[in-house]
Amino acid sequence: MRARTAAGIVASIRSGEATATATIATHLAEIERTDGEIRAFLEVLGDLALEQARAVDDGEVTGPLAGVPVAIKDVLCMDGIATTCGSKILDGWRPPYTATAVRRLIESGAIPIGKTNMDEFAMGSSTENSAFGPTLNPWSTQHVPGGSSGGSAAAVAAGHVPVSLGSDTGGSIRQPASLCGVVGMKPTYGRVSRYGLVAFASSLDQIGPFSQTVEDAALIYVAIAGHDPMDSTSLPEPLGDPVGALSRGIDGLRFGVVTELAGDAIDPEVAAVFAAVTEGLGAREVSLPSFTHALSAYYLIAPAEASSNLARFDGVRYGLRIDADDTTTMMCRSREAGFGPEVKRRIMLGTYALSAGYYDAYYGQAQKVRTLVANDFARAFEEFDILLSPTSPTTAFEIGERAADPLAMYLSDLCTIPANLAGIPAISIPAGLDSKGLPIGLQLMAPALEEERLFAAAAEIEARIAFDAKPNLLGAGT
Amino acid sequence: MTITPDDVHHVAKLARLNFNEEEVARLARDLGDILQHASKIAELDLAGVEPTAHPIKLKNVWRPDEVRPSLTPEQALANAPAAEENKFRVPRILEVEDSEE
Amino acid sequence: MSSFETVIGIEVHVELSTNTKMFCGCANEFGAPPNTNTCPVCLGLPGSLPVINEQAVRDAVKIGLALNCEIAGACLFHRKNYFYPDMPKDFQISQYDEPICYDGYLDVEGGRVGITRAHMEEDTGKSTHIGEDGRIHDATHSLIDYNRAGVPLIEIVSRPDITSPSHARAYATELRNVLRSLGVSDVKMEEGSMRCDANISLREPGSALGTKVEIKNMNSLRSLQRALEYEEARQREILESGGAVTQETRHWNEADCQTHSMRSKEEAFDYRYFPEPDLVPLAPPPALVEELRSSIPELPAARRARLASEWSLTDQQISTLTSVDGLLEIVSDAVARGADPVTATNWATGDVLAKLKSDSIDADQSGLNGHKLADLCALVANGILSTKLAKQVLITIMETGKRPGQIIEEEGLAQVTDESELAAIVESIVNDNPDEAERYRAGEEKLLGFFVGQAMKATRGKGNPQTLNELIRSKLRR
Repeated sequence: MRARTAAGIVASIRSGEATATATIATHLAEIERTDGEIRAFLEVLGDLALEQARAVDDGEVTGPLAGVPVAIKDVLCMDGIATTCGSKILDGWRPPYTATAVRRLIESGAIPIGKTNMDEFAMGSSTENSAFGPTLNPWSTQHVPGGSSGGSAAAVAAGHVPVSLGSDTGGSIRQPASLCGVVGMKPTYGRVSRYGLVAFASSLDQIGPFSQTVEDAALIYVAIAGHDPMDSTSLPEPLGDPVGALSRGIDGLRFGVVTELAGDAIDPEVAAVFAAVTEGLGAREVSLPSFTHALSAYYLIAPAEASSNLARFDGVRYGLRIDADDTTTMMCRSREAGFGPEVKRRIMLGTYALSAGYYDAYYGQAQKVRTLVANDFARAFEEFDILLSPTSPTTAFEIGERAADPLAMYLSDLCTIPANLAGIPAISIPAGLDSKGLPIGLQLMAPALEEERLFAAAAEIEARIAFDAKPNLLGAGT
Repeated sequence: MTITPDDVHHVAKLARLNFNEEEVARLARDLGDILQHASKIAELDLAGVEPTAHPIKLKNVWRPDEVRPSLTPEQALANAPAAEENKFRVPRILEVEDSEE
Repeated sequence: MSSFETVIGIEVHVELSTNTKMFCGCANEFGAPPNTNTCPVCLGLPGSLPVINEQAVRDAVKIGLALNCEIAGACLFHRKNYFYPDMPKDFQISQYDEPICYDGYLDVEGGRVGITRAHMEEDTGKSTHIGEDGRIHDATHSLIDYNRAGVPLIEIVSRPDITSPSHARAYATELRNVLRSLGVSDVKMEEGSMRCDANISLREPGSALGTKVEIKNMNSLRSLQRALEYEEARQREILESGGAVTQETRHWNEADCQTHSMRSKEEAFDYRYFPEPDLVPLAPPPALVEELRSSIPELPAARRARLASEWSLTDQQISTLTSVDGLLEIVSDAVARGADPVTATNWATGDVLAKLKSDSIDADQSGLNGHKLADLCALVANGILSTKLAKQVLITIMETGKRPGQIIEEEGLAQVTDESELAAIVESIVNDNPDEAERYRAGEEKLLGFFVGQAMKATRGKGNPQTLNELIRSKLRR
């Protein structure tokens, strides 16, 4: 089954053609049927979703997304519902509050239908780092769905839900969207409140949507974005009308291709599809030299912030505790047992980068590279309105293929990281398939706060590409 | 960039993590590789460049000094691995820190 | 021999008396039942984010201005990373190399003390150590209450300008008085709302600074001085016997009046400071700084100067008058209503203070106010009340809040000033004591007091002493 879009579901419920209860029941059945294979969900919130669906049908809940089922990456808090972040260390933790983005979705009438799998604490590019086992790519179960929001990407690709939420620190929405053949969007840093998003790297994290269409991504973005007094880094600027901008077209827009994100590191099949699209847009190349250092800067900044953000998982107030005679030993044992190898590796890397004697050479220097990346973007956006690159250097890789080589895994984020360092909005849309039938994604980047322009361009290019391939799920019979 | 097992032990202590010797050897190698890559930026001459701690340029974000509802002690302690007398219970504390009375 | 000079620097932590905590809306109150003033933010729950309390910023700026500091045009919060169970995030949000206030000074008895910085940070929770005698090292386990976690703190760091333990006490006392007059803190050392740590070293005059020792756990101004005196003597003894002082932290023990070395830490401090990514910079606008500057009340030093010049009070009188909250206000009000400043001050620092102390109440809890004190002074000045009776009336005012006139009326306390009535009494006393009368006439003039006393006894204390004096003199005149 190919799920209907969020826009389609809203229209059919409004017209009385369908009910929210039936819609939710259909999607729950679809999850039941195929998620045993894909494992996109860590928990399905069936009863809760049906209860909310009845409230929609009874007219108690209205809103622009009334009745739309949505999957939530398990890094976002929901009051009273287990939140694991893909980690054993949060064993049994039920937050007493709901993340602002999720609350806003619910207030818009959307219905959270489950919590999705992810790389532990969003650290990874394959969802293999989940303590609860990997999610598989709906296009090929031999392959990873990408990560860290692999569950949310796979859930949309598999037709479990029309839309889902993910979080993107270095590409964790866009890269799995690319590998799963769906739309994934990272807003401008500060557009969506991070309140209730369990932090990985606070100065880079943003929440954003996955969807089948650019229009649905815009609908979800509009629902979750906007100023929140609970997040000091939340931007006060008005959102404009990204949904209205979808029909604006691309006349007069100048497209640039970032040389540093389109070179030898890109797989030839990906490069070919990318070239075909950019040619049609009359894109010109622009060189942004600082980008060659962006990956290194990211892999110092993100682990440094993470090492501090993850200190609180110490067995004292919540989550896993492995007992001991004294508190220090208890903390060490709990963290040893609760964190997986990649999380430990990044905590160690970040702790080292911040420690006495190394701060200036690593963290301090990385922050300066961040300035250079932002300056390069600013320069490029004087000449171009939208910058383009492949979203991921390769299509989905096989399960286990990069698990033993952290550096190879880190290279998956090559093209997505610069937007996080500069805090600008970016979106990945499906652009084609490689010879193995795996999806290839196209990334569009716009200046900070220019989500309207980003959605307008993405919608027009989406229409031109007219990507309509579907994964052939086991037993899907489509 | 060479990371020694002693470096790993030191950092592990700061980060409250335990590793066996096999893991220490593996980490020394992995961290060394990653930092080798990162050391390229350590060598850049960025003397005149301002660091960016944050991608946005907001300042003076604050809230009025007005009391908002707190959690109940039951809610606060609901996730506690151990509690006693409405307080979080931990094993004895060996190290005396700044905060110690 | 003892040619060493003492070098002391003091760090003071002050809890602000804001309504709410530093980064969340939980109530900031002392003594609430455990864990009743906590929320996701101050419990450090995953996904929670800090938002700065505006009042804490205003208080910090006021403190800086009162301490003659520069106010930073822009400043940052940093994370200070270390694991400790009463710190919910396992890092403290503090300020590092960009404090909000810097380069100030405070003039105190014994000489000006420079102030390096005053910065904002958050307090920790409170641990109770359970076991034999409640001491940390003998405890079997500890219990943590996070009500105090996140309470706003200002840390005020002096330069090492302090030259003796008494100078240190004078500094801490004056600092406390300044903070009290600003109304920003309870400054109660016994409740921990003001906490002093001291660094002390000895050196031969003109030589480089000696090895310093940090001492902690002084819970009164007196113990601050005593701990420093102890430590000064201990270090002098070590140095005079040719030894070397060890750099360490020592705890003052009130019970045995000694400092004790604290268990040394396993690892050197490495706080891995980095800019707090969940907060944005503070840049107190110049208009706000000016508004706060004009709101600063008369500070203790200026007040002392004014009281000495306008009211001709002695240093001792001023210091007693300002030692208790509310006393000066009562006297000022009385003076404004016409009372003589010295007389009113003597009442306040004598009988009023004694009564407050014996009843263990604050000035505003007694029945006395400036109006009643002014009335009392006038009644004595006009001869209606003797000093002795006035003392009696004062006690009744303080206990009942009644006005002096009403008390005199109800208790029939007014002086007898009617000369014919008093003359009859004098006549009979002189007649009843012929021997004394004879001796007085023979030149033993100190017997005047005897006759006055007899007359007061006969009038039950109500005879006007001046009138009686004159009547007795004239009666006994040869």
